[in-house]
Order: sequence, then structure tokens, then C-alpha cells
Amino acid sequence: MIASRLALCVLTSLGAQHPSPHVLVWGGDAEGGAPFVEADPGDPSQVRGFDVEVAARIARGLGGRTARFVQVQWSNIDQSVERGDFTLGLSGVEDTPTRRTRHAVTLPYFEFREVLAVRPEDAGRIHGLADLRGRRVATLGATIAYDLLVAARATTGLIPISYDDDVHPYGDLAQGRVDAVLLDHIIAQRALRRRGGSGFVILAQPVALGHYVGVLARANSALRDSVDAVLREAMRDGTLEQIFRRWDVWDPSQGALFDRISRNAAEAAGAAGAAGAARTRIPQAIAYLPSLARAAGVTLLVSILSMALAVLVGLALASGRVYGPVWLRLLTTVYVEVIRGTPLLLQLFVIYYGLAGVIRLPAFLAAVLALGLNYGAYEAEIYRGALEAVPRLQLEAARTLGFSELQILRLVRGPQALRFALAPMTNDFVALLKDSALVSVITVVELTKQTAIYATNVGSWVVPGALCALVYLAMSLPLARLARRLEQHWRPA
Amino acid sequence: MTALLVIDQLSVRYDSRDVLRGLSLEVARGEIVALMGPSGVGKSTALRAVAALQAFDDGQIVVDGFALAPGPVPPESRLVPLRRRVGLVFQAHALFEHLTALDNVTLALRHVLGRTRDEAEAVATELLASLDVGSRASAWPGQLSGGEAQRVAIARALAPDPHLLLMDEPTAALDPARRSALGATLRRLCEQGRGLLVATHDAEFARAHADRVVSLTA
Repeated sequence: MIASRLALCVLTSLGAQHPSPHVLVWGGDAEGGAPFVEADPGDPSQVRGFDVEVAARIARGLGGRTARFVQVQWSNIDQSVERGDFTLGLSGVEDTPTRRTRHAVTLPYFEFREVLAVRPEDAGRIHGLADLRGRRVATLGATIAYDLLVAARATTGLIPISYDDDVHPYGDLAQGRVDAVLLDHIIAQRALRRRGGSGFVILAQPVALGHYVGVLARANSALRDSVDAVLREAMRDGTLEQIFRRWDVWDPSQGALFDRISRNAAEAAGAAGAAGAARTRIPQAIAYLPSLARAAGVTLLVSILSMALAVLVGLALASGRVYGPVWLRLLTTVYVEVIRGTPLLLQLFVIYYGLAGVIRLPAFLAAVLALGLNYGAYEAEIYRGALEAVPRLQLEAARTLGFSELQILRLVRGPQALRFALAPMTNDFVALLKDSALVSVITVVELTKQTAIYATNVGSWVVPGALCALVYLAMSLPLARLARRLEQHWRPA
Repeated sequence: MTALLVIDQLSVRYDSRDVLRGLSLEVARGEIVALMGPSGVGKSTALRAVAALQAFDDGQIVVDGFALAPGPVPPESRLVPLRRRVGLVFQAHALFEHLTALDNVTLALRHVLGRTRDEAEAVATELLASLDVGSRASAWPGQLSGGEAQRVAIARALAPDPHLLLMDEPTAALDPARRSALGATLRRLCEQGRGLLVATHDAEFARAHADRVVSLTA
């Protein structure tokens, strides 16, 4: 039964890659929400949004096809379209030089403004990126806005903060965790509506302009040309304008864009990107090295501080479990089991977002706390096992010699337990080094996140992935070596 | 002759089973007393009770004026006088695996008696030499033979200079030549004014080297 269902699933997903000629399979991220793509509140199995209607219009123009939606994570649209998961990616996909060199990209069909949102009390002081020296500016990772912020870091000294979604930046802005948010005007306006029009204001002067495009596999340039023809037609016959008006995103700049495109398609394509001139791959890799190095430093720093905290927490818990009275043993056992029994990701969210009403922790501190408290539970079990592995007779021998319990722990039990604990501790530290990648969900840009940003920008995981793996190995291998040497050093015979 | 150790009607029960019932004995200064009996008869239990590692249910133990009463083992803080008076050599030696032979002996000297490292090492070196393991001072416990480990364990127990030395099955791992050497060593310790209580099931050793034999029967 299960097998047949599984087979059905596999067949269905295979079907997505080889659809009937009457269907246009397109991919987008419904998590991105309205007005782009969102689950229809009336029928959650369906999606709605202006991108949904643009996709339907394109499908209709391609010989009367129907559009079928495939859910894909926004940052993976490029990779998925090359893999053949769907034919057309369409979900607030930005027009960038890299995307144009790597994939078959359609005409721009919407012009957006990168706008700054700030708290109302800052509106008089902040007018652009230049006024944000030393301030924390949030945006969605792997976007033009993020590139703008990274470029501005060098010139204005602002601090870019990358998020995995476009909702939390505005919440954190209102709460004072960040000082500004730079994102597409559609996203900013939506966030303001959701907050009932309070908490922040959107600055009128845009920081930059950008365009939404559709993305197809590089090999699909012929179909892309057909899609472009449909888009041009939809601009001429007013159907695109109707769609944008229906979703309340129409403004005069769209009309100007349509005019430019109808006048000269080539010019429009050339004018598309907002994030600087096209770069070749090698200089791009070199350009990313400093940020990768910085991210590796963040990974190492988060890991070392978390491990230090984990060791302290672990020692306290293990002492409680081995030496404490019954109630303390019970309490520490509950802590260890709760922490080990729930996902680290959940703990990160609870500490960063869940506690925000009580105490507003900076992201880095929240990351170290969550990782340290989580790994502390695992360390506690290692230390408890190690303490209990020291032969009881040695402890009794120490007692007959007149040592106090504390002295026995310090002079006899502890040093031997440390030897037993060293190998599993090293394993844990290497695991922590890799688990630290999770902290990117609370805006700490560490090695894996930086690699993902890099990969999205160059449109390939091959070079960034290999570089990232090398850096992780360079950090973990010496550690394993050190542990082996220490173990040998402490081995008595 | 003053009794260094008085055990009076000592009884220990586990789960209402008598492990030891009504044991009485005395050990005087300069005397070796062998506590004989087959395995499982409670010899080790008696030694552990004297060393306050083990609670007992009835009777009394007095070591050089320090009395232990029935009931739970008192906290270590109240046992300090006892710890100074009694040394125990375990059958399994129980040397500290992370320390050299020398440091096994110096540890209590430095951290319990507050001697400097130099003083402690001088005492330990002399003790190890007197027990014929001076050349093994820098060896780790895992590198020692059974006989060597036992003598290091004796040196460790003697380091705080206890008046009463308890030994559990000291001949278990020794060949005949080593056994008689051990007997001579114990005699020497006795002559320095200590009392020795040796739990053993080795009748020959007890006859040859003990001043008195107390037999426990099952």
C-alpha cells in the first residue's frame, strides 16, 4: 500500500518534468506570500497572486496552455529550473547580470523600487544608506538588496543583516533589533499593511530600481523568446496592467517600463540589472573570498564560544546528576531530556523570537546561547558517563587517604574523566561547527549562509560548495588531530 | 600493650542477610593479626568497616581512641582523625591510573598534609626505595607488575604515616618468593610501631608471618 503510494508520488513528480504540451509548469514560492504568490485562503490547494496570473497569461499565450504551479524555495528557483523541476520560475525573481549569464531570462515585466523602512522617530534623520553608518540594516539574503547593503558596508560602514524571510526583518525593525530594512517596495508596503500602518515608515526616495523577470533553463532560450513575445503582447493589450491593478501594485513606472520595452526590447534587457555590471566567474570567486573568510571567522567564533558555554553548562549539569540531591538530579535529567528531545532549530527560534517580548537578545548572543545550552545537554551526558567510568575503588582509595570529595573530583576523578571525555567532546565540537550553520535562521551570516548567498549569486553550487567544504575541513581536521595527540599524551601506558 | 584497634561484636547485614556477625578482635601496636577465612565470609567487609567505607549494623570499632558507631558512614569532615590513623591497601591496588608511581604516593602528602612538592617527593622516594620499587618511581600503574603495583599501593597507604595498616588479600597475586619478601616487609612495618590487620585466605602465609590469627567461619 505504502509502496504503491510512493510509486504514485514518484510518477507524479516525474510527470512534472515531462508535462503534456498543453501545460506550462511554473515554479514559485508560496511562502513569499501575497501579492506575489500565496495559498488561496478560500482553497489552500490553489495559489493566487499577481505572479500566478502572469504565469496563467503566459501559459495562455503559448498556444492556449494551462499553468500548473510547483512549490519551490525562493532561493532555489534557479537551480530547480535548470534541473527541470519546472519550465518557468516566476515569483518576484530579480533581474541580475549573473542570472542573465547563467539562465534564459525573460523580459522584465515589473519594475520595483528598493526602499528603506525605518522607525518613525528616525524618519527625520535617515534619508538614505549614507545616513546608516554603524547601523544594522536588514534584508532578505541573496537578493539585489543584500548586494546593495554589502557594497554599502565598505562605503558607509552600515552593518548588513541577512534574513531568510521577508517578514521578520520588519518585526525586528519595530522592536529595535535592526535600524532599517531595505527591500522591494511591494514587500515593504505589505509589511506596513500587516502591522496596521504603524511601527515603521517607508522612505519615499528609492535606493535603487530593479525588475522582476521569469527565469528558464539556459537551454530553453527558444521558449524564452516565445515567453517574451507573450509578455510584450500582454503589455500592449493591457492584460498585464489589469493584473497589476487587480493586485494593487500598478503605478506609473510600470507604464514607463512597458513603453520602453515596446520601443526597444534590447534596450530594456540591457537596462535591466540593478546591481552593477556583469562580472566574469573568476574575479567573482575572488571577490567573494573576503566575505567567505569573514563568515568562516563567524562560524569559528560562534562555535568556540558555544562550546565554552556548553562545557560549563555540561559540567554543572553532570555534577548535579552525579553529586546532587535527588531533586537536583531530577531537574538536571529533565533539562537534558527536554533539550535532547527537541530540535535545535526550535530552540533557536524560541530564544531569538520567542523570548523577544521578555528580553531582546542580539542575534549573535542568541546563537551562542542556543547552541551552548543545547550542546551543554550532550556534554553533560558525556561528563556523567566519564565521571562514572572512573573506577569506584580509586575513589575509595582516595577517601581512605583523607581527600575531601572536592579534592577527589579535582585530583583523581576529574583528570581521568577528562581523558575519557576528550574523544566524544571533539566529536561534539566538530558537530557543533557544522550545526552552527543553523544560526543563519536568526540572521547570523556564517559560512554556510555566506556560501548559499554566493551560490545564489553565481547560480551554481559547484565552486562555492567546494570552497565551503574546504574551509569546514580546514577547521575540523586539525581539531581531530589535536584531540588524538592529547589522548595519546594522557594515556598512562 | 595498648590496643590500636578494637573491634567489638561487629555485625553487618545486607538485605537481612548476615555478612558479618559478632566479630571481635584487637590489634596492638607492633602486631600483625591475620583475619582468616574462606572467600565471602566477610573479611573484606570488616576491613571496609574499619576504614569507614562501609556502614555496619551492630557493635563498635575503636581506632586509636577514635570510635565508629553503627549506622550510616559519617561525613568525611568528621572522619579526618580516622583517615590520619588508618591506611588501607586494596586487593586490586586501585592505583590512580593518571599518575606515576611516585605521584600516587605524593598526592596525599601534598594535598592532605600540605607538604611541599620537594618534601613529598623526598618522603615518597624513600618509601618506594624501602619497598624495593624505587626504580619504578616514574612508571605508570599500567606498566607495573602485580607485585610492584602492590608495593606502590603499600607506599601510598603508608605515606601519611598511619598507625594502623589494613591489607586485603595481599598475597593473592604473588609467587612464593614474593610472598616471603612481603612477609619480611610487613614485619619491618610492624617493628616501626604500626599495627597490621591482614585479611587473607592464605593459611601458610598467616602461619609464617602473623603474630595472631583470627578465624572467621561461614
